Amino acid sequence: MKTFKTGGVHPPEKKFSENQPIEVLPLPETVSIPLSQHLGAPAVPVINKGDKVKTGQLIAKGESFISANIHSSVTGTVTKIDDVIDASGYRKKAVIIKVEEDQWDESIDTSDTLKKDCDLTSEDIVKKVNQMGIVGMGGAAFPSHVKLSVPKGKKAEYLLINGAECEPYLTSDHRLMLEKGEELMVGITIKMKALGVNKSVIGIEKNKPDAIEYLCELAKEYEGITVEPLKVKYPQGGEKQLIKALVNREVPSGKLPIEVGCIVHNVGTTFAVYEAVQKNKPLIERVVTVTGINIEKPSNLLARIGTPVSAIIEAAGGIPSNTGKVVSGGPMMGKALSNFEAPVTKGTSGILVFPKEASQRVTQLNCIRCAKCVNTCPMTLEPYLLALLSDKKRYEMCENNMIMDCIECGSCHYVCPSGRPLLDNIRVGKAKVGQVIRERK
Amino acid sequence: MNEIVLYSVLSIGSLGTLMALVLYIVAQRFKVIEDPRIDQVEDKLPGANCGGCGYAGCRNFAEEIVKAGTLEGFNCPPGGSEVLSEVASVLGLEAEEQESMVAVVLCSGSRQVAPPKTRFEGLNTCEFAHSLYAGLSGCPYGCLGEGDCVVSCNFDAMCMDENTGLPVIIEEKCVACGACVKACPRNIIELRKKGKKSRRIFVSCINREKGGVARKNCKVACIGCGRCVKECKFEAITLENNLAYIDFNKCTLCRKCPQECPTSAIHEINFPPRKPKEKKENKTAEA
Repeated sequence: MKTFKTGGVHPPEKKFSENQPIEVLPLPETVSIPLSQHLGAPAVPVINKGDKVKTGQLIAKGESFISANIHSSVTGTVTKIDDVIDASGYRKKAVIIKVEEDQWDESIDTSDTLKKDCDLTSEDIVKKVNQMGIVGMGGAAFPSHVKLSVPKGKKAEYLLINGAECEPYLTSDHRLMLEKGEELMVGITIKMKALGVNKSVIGIEKNKPDAIEYLCELAKEYEGITVEPLKVKYPQGGEKQLIKALVNREVPSGKLPIEVGCIVHNVGTTFAVYEAVQKNKPLIERVVTVTGINIEKPSNLLARIGTPVSAIIEAAGGIPSNTGKVVSGGPMMGKALSNFEAPVTKGTSGILVFPKEASQRVTQLNCIRCAKCVNTCPMTLEPYLLALLSDKKRYEMCENNMIMDCIECGSCHYVCPSGRPLLDNIRVGKAKVGQVIRERK
Repeated sequence: MNEIVLYSVLSIGSLGTLMALVLYIVAQRFKVIEDPRIDQVEDKLPGANCGGCGYAGCRNFAEEIVKAGTLEGFNCPPGGSEVLSEVASVLGLEAEEQESMVAVVLCSGSRQVAPPKTRFEGLNTCEFAHSLYAGLSGCPYGCLGEGDCVVSCNFDAMCMDENTGLPVIIEEKCVACGACVKACPRNIIELRKKGKKSRRIFVSCINREKGGVARKNCKVACIGCGRCVKECKFEAITLENNLAYIDFNKCTLCRKCPQECPTSAIHEINFPPRKPKEKKENKTAEA
């Protein structure tokens, strides 16, 4: 069984919602669609207050190369374009739309029929992906058209599809693979065409045997696509780890996967690309896993972008009384919410509700130099050292010790027997070093 | 026996003399001539190496000031004008009287007036908390209360108030070196003129949100109503981005604005208790 070699952990899987089919979440009363849901420059609104918008209509345009278009996820009236409190409590610009009905833009094909053939050229496909505002749906929300345009002088060999879903609790990608398998395959062929590659590997962890079996069956019909079962290990869904696991190549420090001829896309993104290219449908909804130990009905919901988190939790049976923390994303890399009215964005993969006793951090003790963090780090860094250097503000030494290679997976923090906030310290250092590097340029 | 002693004394002695000679020649040949005043100036400085002057420690400051030969542009915040006049006497210069400054915390969002809405767990530094979320009360401008400023203070002039969750500056110890100003990720701390008898008036808030929004999170936030601006006869108060700011160089400490502030965001410090109203109004009119 393939996997990446160095480090990694295996937290309890706790995939409570893996047998729950994807359900459509009813439309909320209002949606607030943030203008910056992706990495890069925020989009610029192209509509005004009071305008009527249809579902799928362009409402904000990404003007620089690393940016993404944003479309209305509902039909209604724009009540305001203003700052709203996001998940962190800071104010971010958003378009607030009062929902009236659900009338889709005429250009969008809303039927369920599978459309296999794609006669667009590779430039047109990338253009379409850009137009439809597709971003990476694994969490980082990197604009997909940037990934699909191979820089000059580089050549892509493999398209790797990330179906690992290595984070515990999350099941949205798993359900998508089971329910939209054929669409995924078409999505992969489209992307292979755009990149000009003839080999594609789908990596799936072996705790999803039904998905592996189903996709293996489907892959027989498509040339160049193979399915590879992977050992269950976190953070296998990390770009660099997946490349190591699937094609045994190592991305050099500070470089992108294209350096070793690989492009990695998430299953969610692949499905979104299929819908964008074949159905003309922009990225306006996504599958969100809502789960937790005490949640009444763990489920996988198809939610429109901009739906408040509270509505999603409500659909899963409401917030249990002893809730201590609500996390957006996976339990390892996700971020605790400070505000339940924060909207679902293109990068929200899950909403996890933890009871009080499970959400508290353990008491912080002194470092006992056990080096568990060093053994666990999938990027072969020394987390204890980076955390110490960052705490003492030795940012230059942080840089020399490759702090920028940290993928912030949190494995070091997870294994630390002294409960030290290693990743917190490293994040501060990484932000500082990043700032210094940008200023140097 | 005697011979051995004699030879060894002679050989070691001559070797020693030879080496001493070499060392003497080298020392004479390659000696570094340093201005003796640098040592003298350094002796006068506080020696805390706080960096408040903008130089890398007291020695560096002494070197630079001797090289420049003037006091212009040099300031030792912890030493104040006293130390500077001593330094001036070493250099044979005349020191000008300098206004002493003090650090002021521009946030009064204590736990009582800005109740926490969330709980924070993680690395207990302001730097990290600032990168993560808006703050316990939800105010994205207010004090995070993790105490980076207290840690940065070299003079024991700061402590956290357990009750309010805000840092307190001990005026007598503060030397205005500016370390806390740099340490605060939200720029809440400002160096202000100490003022006559340590009396100061300032707006204790830096929230630039609209009034209603700011008020929702904190009862004592500046809501940008502009009443203080209208009240001030000396044009010392400016209103920008929903936030009033009092220029300490223009403020005459007339004590009119604090009364006007509807949220009591304007603080007056070290003033005697207010006397009956009429008397004071006459005074300011004269001024």
